[in-house]
Amino acid sequence: MPTTLDTDVRPEDRFVSAFKVNHGQTLNGTSASIAQQREHAIERFAQLGLPTKEQEAYKYTNLATVIDRPYTLPLSPEMPAVTEEDIAPFEIDDLNAHRLVLVNGRVHEGLSDIGDLPSGVIISSLDRAGQEHPDVVEEHYGAYVDFEDDAMAALNTAFVQDGAFVYVPSGTLLEKPVFVLHVHAGEEDLLIQPRHLFVVEDGAVAQIIEKQHSLTDARTFTNTVTEMYAGRDANLQHSITQHQGDHASQVMTTAGYHRDNSTLTSNLFSLSGEVVRNNQTLTPDGEHCESNLYGLVLGKGDMHVDNHTLVDHVHADCASNELYKHILNDRSTAVFNGKVFVHRDSQRIDAYQQNDSMVLTNEANIYTKPELEIYADDVLCSHGATSGQIDREGLFYLRTRGLTENRARILMLQAFAQEVLDEIRNDAVKAHITGVVRDRLARSFT
Amino acid sequence: MHARIHPTTPYPPTNMALLEVKNLHVGVEDEDIEILKGVDLTVDTDEVHAIMGPNGSGKSTLAAVIAGREEYEVLDGEILYDGEDLLELEPEERAEEGIFLAFQYPVELPGVSMTNFLKEAVNSVREARGQDELSAAEFLQMVRERAELVDLNADLTKRSVNEGFSGGEKKRNEIFQLAMLEPRLAILDETDSGLDIDALQQVSDGVNKLRSEDRGFLVITHYQRLLDYIVPDYVHVMVDGRIARSGGKDLAIELEEKGYDWIRSSEGATAAA
Repeated sequence: MPTTLDTDVRPEDRFVSAFKVNHGQTLNGTSASIAQQREHAIERFAQLGLPTKEQEAYKYTNLATVIDRPYTLPLSPEMPAVTEEDIAPFEIDDLNAHRLVLVNGRVHEGLSDIGDLPSGVIISSLDRAGQEHPDVVEEHYGAYVDFEDDAMAALNTAFVQDGAFVYVPSGTLLEKPVFVLHVHAGEEDLLIQPRHLFVVEDGAVAQIIEKQHSLTDARTFTNTVTEMYAGRDANLQHSITQHQGDHASQVMTTAGYHRDNSTLTSNLFSLSGEVVRNNQTLTPDGEHCESNLYGLVLGKGDMHVDNHTLVDHVHADCASNELYKHILNDRSTAVFNGKVFVHRDSQRIDAYQQNDSMVLTNEANIYTKPELEIYADDVLCSHGATSGQIDREGLFYLRTRGLTENRARILMLQAFAQEVLDEIRNDAVKAHITGVVRDRLARSFT
Repeated sequence: MHARIHPTTPYPPTNMALLEVKNLHVGVEDEDIEILKGVDLTVDTDEVHAIMGPNGSGKSTLAAVIAGREEYEVLDGEILYDGEDLLELEPEERAEEGIFLAFQYPVELPGVSMTNFLKEAVNSVREARGQDELSAAEFLQMVRERAELVDLNADLTKRSVNEGFSGGEKKRNEIFQLAMLEPRLAILDETDSGLDIDALQQVSDGVNKLRSEDRGFLVITHYQRLLDYIVPDYVHVMVDGRIARSGGKDLAIELEEKGYDWIRSSEGATAAA
């Protein structure tokens, strides 16, 4: 039975009472660790309260306006009918992937197409994984995201029901990428809390490609938590495209933890949304790790995108790279807070961070804050932030060669975005996103 | 004997001069200064005009105004191109009509591929001139030929526009684009500045190969040395926003010997008389 949030009480109390009503019923535990963490999580959530603009981390992002709505919590397993034709437009040409489809935060087995998998690889719903592979879930669930001081992660942990689960055992190279497609559907305004767990063990290699879309004009708020683990010598590439439309808001919390000699890479593309807040943390806990964070935000309309990232260098001899770019049109706003934390004994860290923004109108805004906190003395860390408009001289140069002002603009903005697009390792995904960016720029300047 | 490049399709023939600048007064947008104070100049096809003058005399402003730079404001006078009002046209429309400006400081455009940009540029001017769009193969063939003509390493065309190019490569890249876009009026804005002797020769050699009866050149330079390589038909000396003196190629040599003060003082003498 769906639970509708009562807007007559303060939002925190709404969630707490919804929890009490459903706890032990729809909110049971498919695995012991999921069940065990719920009660403590709702307690922490009640104590912390929803983030407000008084908190430094949410200074520029007002979640209250998008959370304080009479959403329905879809806690029962029923989901609206969604067909192959409905999701066809969201496919990526030539991807050839293991496909997992989630509707309103739950895996839809009928639409998913996992295909043949190498021995030991598991791609399923978190719900099913909790029943069938409790040992893996027990070991990793809740191990990388810390909800003690994070109300949204606590809220997710209290209400978690399902999400995507990927497990690649030690030494396995998963040749085909895992394509995780999220769609929202139905007429109701929904508050959805998916929980994903991606485990890539020692020496394993995997690519996970997520796309978020919507089939509905209803308002949605998605509070996602994703945990990623990459073992020694492993390589995990994670890309996510956020493109749910103007009525969708979300907080997406991603925690990536990785061990010696491993590489963890995140490519993020924010293309639409009402209020989008991403909290991404990478923790390279071993020697010679490489942690990469790349992001591209295309702001339009009244879109608000806030990216908070943290690379937590808890171990020496690691490298991290971070590049976020914004192209902000109309009245869109972007926030970037990129923190690199180098602990006292984490010597010989090579950390690079850059954030560049194109602010195309007088009404668009960027709030950027590179933040380095370094306690080791033998490190190489750099950061930079730029914001500006399209170079007039460059525009004139191209126009004197016969390009219209719009074409010159598109070409220069595409070139600006290219540096981030070039970091996509999967050719099909790169071609897809490049096309999406090109079409968007072409539509913006015609 | 150098091969000469001719535009593949001639433009509508006309009795008008290619370019007529009449009593042109130009200031800067939102500022109360006048840079050009009544310039008169006529350039026709099959002619090379050199404009010389000291720094700040307005030479580059004249080039920029002809190409359509928006920061300048025309206060008085007119520019006719084939007898039509040029000032009404956007920079890209001027390019389509056959005006090309080789920049004094070619702009670096990181991430903008030379090949993609040039293909789009060439095809947009071709379309405007009623010529067929080039196929990928035809375009590449043209790139190879024209790069060779101006002695540009064709590998440079695989990079981002001007990014990481040396000074000489940037200038040769301008001449290469000139060869690709086949303008009727080519304006070279201090193309010689900062070049060593080899680069100066290469650039001049490229320009000389591109001289044609269908094309006029306006060569802006501070120094007479360039005109040893690109021999002009006419030389104009610009001082303080006006063309103070015009003559044949010997004027450049005389100027080199006597210096710009000679023009200034004779200007003064004329004014006093």
